[in-house]
Amino acid sequence: MEAQLELPTRNAHFSPRPSENRFPSFNSRLARHGLHPLRATGIEVFQINVGKLCNQTCRHCHVDAGPDRTERMTRDTAEACIRALELTDAPTVDITGGAPELNENFRYLVDASKALGRHVMDRSNLTVLLLRSQSDLAEFLADREVEVIASLPYFLAERTDAQRGEGVFDKSIQALKLLNRLGYGRDPALRLNLVYNPTGAFLPGDQDALEREFKRELDRRYQIRFDRLFAITNLPISRFLDFLLETGNYERYMERLVNAFNPAAARAVMCRNTLSVGWDGQLYDCDFNQMLDETVSFGAPAHIRDFSPELLENRRIVTGLHCYGCTAGAGSSCGGTTA
Amino acid sequence: MDRGYHRDRVVPDALEAFGIIRASLADDDTRIDWRCWVSHYYDDHDLSRFGDMGRNAPDLWDKFNDWYQATFQEGSLTGREKALIALGVAHALQCPYCIDAWSQECLEKGSNLDQMTEAVHVAAAIRGGAALVHGVQMRKRNAQLSM
Repeated sequence: MEAQLELPTRNAHFSPRPSENRFPSFNSRLARHGLHPLRATGIEVFQINVGKLCNQTCRHCHVDAGPDRTERMTRDTAEACIRALELTDAPTVDITGGAPELNENFRYLVDASKALGRHVMDRSNLTVLLLRSQSDLAEFLADREVEVIASLPYFLAERTDAQRGEGVFDKSIQALKLLNRLGYGRDPALRLNLVYNPTGAFLPGDQDALEREFKRELDRRYQIRFDRLFAITNLPISRFLDFLLETGNYERYMERLVNAFNPAAARAVMCRNTLSVGWDGQLYDCDFNQMLDETVSFGAPAHIRDFSPELLENRRIVTGLHCYGCTAGAGSSCGGTTA
Repeated sequence: MDRGYHRDRVVPDALEAFGIIRASLADDDTRIDWRCWVSHYYDDHDLSRFGDMGRNAPDLWDKFNDWYQATFQEGSLTGREKALIALGVAHALQCPYCIDAWSQECLEKGSNLDQMTEAVHVAAAIRGGAALVHGVQMRKRNAQLSM
């Protein structure tokens, strides 16, 4: 665990690896396309990461989440988030973790955000819906028309379990059937979107083609329906970085990300319209910077208690080599491709 | 020079003496003069140098590239199906670069190992069949030559 915790910090400062200088800095690539410095264009997605507690320990997890993690958002910080949300016109609240539903303030955040008229998204690992302690969770989400963004890296057990743990696929299928029974993926008010992460050192393919494949296979095999599939690139940080280094894939993976830089994707990166709040109230440009302990900077307030829409809406974004993960090919964000 | 050296066994000093590397042997491959640097025939780094083939015949390279790109666009066949065909052909040709590239492409397009393995069997079966069907020629020749 200690080694895992060290990695983000090491990565944050990009301490030298054998041939790290081979890769051009992200800012220099932005500059070449007239995009430097990268700035936010507003706050449309108010993303709240309530902590690192999770009932799973996925091999690619950029949060380094697991059952033994103790970092979790307190009620005070959750209330500060709602007060800050009220100061913005952000139409969407995106609640993530860990398994965000395991935080005792998750339901408060959902209800308070809905009371402010905001659309709420829950980034769910699916298996949490089957925990005995969460037996009413699916109904809670459906009653409030919370959009569920569910992780499912593949429509077969072998690859899903290789990434997410033994037995996770079967439970995920069970959970998806439960959501379908409640109307998710069928009723337009109950959106059910899947997240596809490559299960190895390769990039996601065409999102629409993958979505067609997943829809056909999940319907044929399990009679499961869903709305959209978001293809997300694994960023070279935390556990996935470990995997890349341990398997000798780091150089080549980075090379692919750098060579696939797409200026259109860079213009549309999620950090430009998202603000990410950490479990302790720190503010970040995205969930990945959060895991690297890179708070917002360049004069923007770095904690929720100092929240100021004016200072954050047009803030300069903090970037690093990992940002190539969001600008490769068709781009990648919490909502899938961007270009 | 002796081109039978394994890369790892060649000491930097000797290389500099031969003028093969311009500076010290660092991790930066660009410092190595590849004109004099052929220690083995297949190198996975060469795949990323494929574009070098455009240097002396750019028009032909562009034509190849355009055709290649167009070929793999989604059409009556999906991109995933085309990638599986390419993977099979790569095995039939026994091209390590192609196997490397198209294994990755198949994974990126959402294929799984069962599907990729079946594609390789298709290629192998056609190669095997192609060899075997020539046995008819052998039999005809035998009939022609034998009493």
